[in-house]
Amino acid sequence: MPDYNDFLSRIYEILKPFAKHGRILNEDSELVTELGLTSLQVMELIEQIEDHFDISVPLNILPDIRTIRDLALQLEKLTN
Amino acid sequence: MSLFDKFKPIVDIRAELAKLGVMPFGAVTEKLLSSTEAIVNGHKVILAGTNNYLGLTFDPQCIAAAKQAVEEQGTGTTGSRMANGTFAEHIKLEQELAAFFDRRHAIVFSTGYAATMGMASTLAGPGDVIVLDADSHASIYDGVRMSGAEVIRFRHSDAGDLEKRLRRLGERTANTLIIVEGIYSMLGDPAPLADIAAVKRECGGMLLVDEAHSLGMLGAHGRGVAEAAGVEADVDFVVGTFSKSLGAIGGYCVSNHPELEAIRFGIRSYIFTASPSPSVIASTRVALRLMQERPELREHLWNNAQRLYDGLEQLGFQVSPQVSPVVAVTIKDRNQAIAWWNELLQRGAYVNLVMPPASPTSDSLLRCSVSAAHTTEQIDRIIDAFATLQPTSMAAAD
Repeated sequence: MPDYNDFLSRIYEILKPFAKHGRILNEDSELVTELGLTSLQVMELIEQIEDHFDISVPLNILPDIRTIRDLALQLEKLTN
Repeated sequence: MSLFDKFKPIVDIRAELAKLGVMPFGAVTEKLLSSTEAIVNGHKVILAGTNNYLGLTFDPQCIAAAKQAVEEQGTGTTGSRMANGTFAEHIKLEQELAAFFDRRHAIVFSTGYAATMGMASTLAGPGDVIVLDADSHASIYDGVRMSGAEVIRFRHSDAGDLEKRLRRLGERTANTLIIVEGIYSMLGDPAPLADIAAVKRECGGMLLVDEAHSLGMLGAHGRGVAEAAGVEADVDFVVGTFSKSLGAIGGYCVSNHPELEAIRFGIRSYIFTASPSPSVIASTRVALRLMQERPELREHLWNNAQRLYDGLEQLGFQVSPQVSPVVAVTIKDRNQAIAWWNELLQRGAYVNLVMPPASPTSDSLLRCSVSAAHTTEQIDRIIDAFATLQPTSMAAAD
């Protein structure tokens, strides 16, 4: 089973293109307000995570996710 | 921080549009000249974005039935189906819908939104799972959110992705509801229902299909994509609307499951709203009959769809992936789409402007929907209007 750090490093990898202007991604980076992801891009991020870890992520967890940490924590909860 | 802060993006877009001098989401139809022509924002236009697929809104028999119903039963029912709002005609329409779809049970709703949202929010609940197509209509998303079920998306029209997700669920497919549409409203692409039904047979779950944009268009009887694909037996619930092919307003769900009669009393959008007005029921019943009596309407519709599709494709526009009564032109640059929508209006063609997040991608759409009532000459005038469009900013007709 993947753990928090596995999810975290995968999220960093996928979100690299959003780390513009020398910004360094960290667990507190906010997906929408800080990195500027649209709702469509959030769904694409989720799809890539689903494919990589062979899991399905319910939409129900999305309202609780603001930061990269929130997402990694929810994914860990989902799979463990 | 105020309650209004979250509306800022909408306020900004409205201001931007006002600066450009266009308000595409507030276009006013000032006078209807027929089912295919009107005066919109002061311009005489061909209506090319109405979903009036069979052109029945001005059919004399539908109008006569609606007038008679108003005179005999009044302007409204003033009550819920569960209270004083069930008239004999509501029951008759339910029986006629069940007969048309060759299913044992039918429910009539006050709107298509209420039908789809109501079924999606009621069939599955806490502890259940809903697996839905990613490009599902807002009414489906609203419904599943209200359901309390676990909600999982699969990639648009990708039966393989659906299968993967159902397999991950294992035994939980026993209480899983799969939701897809027949024809998707924005690009007009039909669902690969034969493949989806095969996955359902293999993996389990129940299947609900929203045929809002396919009723009267596909299948030997016009029952939609499920009939055309020969998989009606695999579809547990069909939902749809009276506001497109049938030219009125309202919605329905049909099913062979006897439980639908009990489910009816658990659907909040059925219970806590007034039932459809007598005139609406009356014109819908006639339209349902005419749709069956006049298969030539379907033939006209598809001829018109093919002509518009070919015409726009030949002009170099990026049209929908397949011919259907919805012909959408994809435009990358939002401002270009807005400018062209406005030009089309001035040149006599009213189409729908669709921008993200309503469009399925980050692109914008000029969405046309054709009608059986359009003449060949009207279709050619729509194509001619598109032919005059010139790129006004960075985007070309890509």
